[in-house]
Amino acid sequence: MIYLDNSATTKVAPAVLETYTKVSQKIWGNPSSLHALGESAYSLLEQARKQIADLLGVKSGEIFFTSGGTEGDNWVLKGTAIEKMEYGKHLITSSIEHPAVLNAMAQLEKLGFEVTYLPVDKHGHVSADDLKKAIRPDTILVSIMAVNNEIGAIQPLDKIADVLRDYPKIHFHVDAVQGIGKGIQSLIMNDRVDFVTFSGHKFHAPRGIGFMFKRHGRKIAPLMSGGGQEKNLRSGTENLPAIAAMSKALRLLLESESTKVQNQLKIKQFIYDHITQFPKVTVFSEMNNKFAPHILCFTINGVRGETIVHAFEDHDIYISTTSACSSKKHEISGTLNSMAIPAKIATSAVRVSLDENNTLVEAEEFTKVFDKLYSRFEKINS
Amino acid sequence: MQYSEIMVRYGELSTKGKNRRSFIDRLAHNVRKSLHQFPNLVVKAHRDRMHLQLHGENSEAVMTSLKKVFGIQNFSPSIRVERDIEAVKERALEMIKDQFSDGMTFKINTRRSDHDFEFDTNEMNDILGGYILKNLPGISVKMKAPDLKLRVEVRKNGIFLSSQTINGAGGLPVGTAGKAMMMLSGGIDSPVAAYLAMKRGVEIEMVHFFSPPYTSEQALNKAKELTAKLTPYVGHIKFIEVPFTEIQETVKHDVPSGYLMTVQRRFMLRIAALLAKRRDGLAIFNGESLGQVASQTLESMLAINDVTTMPILRPVVSMDKNEIIKIAQEIDTFDLSIKPFEDCCTIFAPPSPKTKPRLDKARDYEARLDIDGLIERAVTGIKISEIKNGETFLNQQENKFAELL
Repeated sequence: MIYLDNSATTKVAPAVLETYTKVSQKIWGNPSSLHALGESAYSLLEQARKQIADLLGVKSGEIFFTSGGTEGDNWVLKGTAIEKMEYGKHLITSSIEHPAVLNAMAQLEKLGFEVTYLPVDKHGHVSADDLKKAIRPDTILVSIMAVNNEIGAIQPLDKIADVLRDYPKIHFHVDAVQGIGKGIQSLIMNDRVDFVTFSGHKFHAPRGIGFMFKRHGRKIAPLMSGGGQEKNLRSGTENLPAIAAMSKALRLLLESESTKVQNQLKIKQFIYDHITQFPKVTVFSEMNNKFAPHILCFTINGVRGETIVHAFEDHDIYISTTSACSSKKHEISGTLNSMAIPAKIATSAVRVSLDENNTLVEAEEFTKVFDKLYSRFEKINS
Repeated sequence: MQYSEIMVRYGELSTKGKNRRSFIDRLAHNVRKSLHQFPNLVVKAHRDRMHLQLHGENSEAVMTSLKKVFGIQNFSPSIRVERDIEAVKERALEMIKDQFSDGMTFKINTRRSDHDFEFDTNEMNDILGGYILKNLPGISVKMKAPDLKLRVEVRKNGIFLSSQTINGAGGLPVGTAGKAMMMLSGGIDSPVAAYLAMKRGVEIEMVHFFSPPYTSEQALNKAKELTAKLTPYVGHIKFIEVPFTEIQETVKHDVPSGYLMTVQRRFMLRIAALLAKRRDGLAIFNGESLGQVASQTLESMLAINDVTTMPILRPVVSMDKNEIIKIAQEIDTFDLSIKPFEDCCTIFAPPSPKTKPRLDKARDYEARLDIDGLIERAVTGIKISEIKNGETFLNQQENKFAELL
């Protein structure tokens, strides 16, 4: 099996699963309990938090555990809206965000908030100038993803941060679900960003766990009210086995990060060089530093994305249409649509997404199968 | 920058007249204890200065520890260069470059303890100043209040360059003011009071009352952990645990609730005074702040203080809570102090303690109790341990967790 759908989810690493199991069996106390079992769980919880904070170069008190990327995005958007509605009801995001952002925004619009959706250029990047023009006195939040999940475009967070330095009161959120461990940590954790959301299962941790960075001093309303966990901002008994496992997964992910990134770049380049020789292939993920090393989105014009996915699957190779979240709905890619790619081409798009465990041997196998499929589809495609 | 030597300037010691030598010896002893994890370091204490020869030990780490030693006004890290003017020129330029930003002014200040060196102080100033002016565009010389000051000391064993003066902790060397008992509860105030006592040169021994099963093992560990937080200033601190259960139960049973607190405190103070006498202590310190709680009114202090004539010193007596918290945060005891474990002061806290207890009543109620027996049994049960720099008590599971994370 060759798994090339790592942006959808990743396989839990054995060492990470071991932590999950051990914590479940041995440190199963509730971190809020006063007795020794609880104290032990609390101590592990705080050490896991500190490890994550250290890896990101921030303070322990700035890390909050969530159930994943979708919760993190919803929390920052709705929590900011609730917290700051007296100051303004205008939010800004891009038109190529993950549905967790776009649909949360849509919900806020129904409640009377106004949302500006920034356009992207034909390569899938937002422009800091557009952002500057969109800012109003009542703007309370700017939410821009680090790496687009469909084509891998890295957004110009440094320039966006520069613009927002003149507006210190606006909350700046970065959805970094696809960006962690991809060699752009300093871009993501820049000195202007206020909220950054992460998802564990994108880096070999279990499902149902994620975390949020909240800059010290920034205020946000909780979505989960209850027993007061996470400084009363995210109640609910802490998912300690998953938290410890994620903390370990993050440490493993960031160990020799640059070597891993280079490997993924080599594989992406190899596939890129191969498929761009074919006239009917359009590639959206380019080979430059404005694109992430692990995502390659392309089309074989005239063949539906779904068909391509299943054809590869017959050869035990797993890729996806542009994003797992929308792939079952037969919708065309939101990102490609925003890039003004004609629907006829966009419906053909598929995505190869790598992790640090993929190899060049797998890439060679992929290209061999690609050649077979390409010539086979020529019959319907001339 | 890796330095080869650190020069330490003494604080108030210079005013100590005949006792000066003992102060300096004590400071040298404390410095050695605080820096015991650097085996190659050599401490030489002279009349005016102390010199730490690093012999390859990490200068940043040494300076971090040095900043916590009381009795040091300030210190300057320096680099030893061979007695070769070319080498001195290069290192001098390097040091200035390290701190230079455009438009800054500088001056060279040479001193010679070795007058045999081929250049005198003025020549040295000229040579080095000229070399830096020539090689660092944008810099200029200023004699009064320059931005950068490079001190050059010519000695027999080399030439020493330094350009920074770092503030020390001030105060007096711990131990020079004698020994005292510190009543440590586990709250915010008593660790701050302990810190301030040490700052004035007092060697403290912690006295902690614990009442199992009413107080938990965690509360005891918390007090020990707080003590560990204070060890960097002295190296190690003695910790005395006093079993207090029997006294608290007896007092609770036999004394009206309005006087529970007053009588309990009188017992605590008697025990602390007894321990001080037996252990050559000269005073008792506590973390009382006037008016903060019922036991800390002047009336209460009078009623409690009655049991001993030993001096009771209260370093935070006139501070506001916010001022105390600020120091607690600086010495990193605050987060620990606010951990919610019941301690001997909070259990059996009466619903409405007398804020103005009467001394005669406190004496009367107490007279019904077997005071001497209770105290003797408590003191017989004490446990004394030595808490060292770097020890931890609350998170002993850290090693177990390392493999999980």
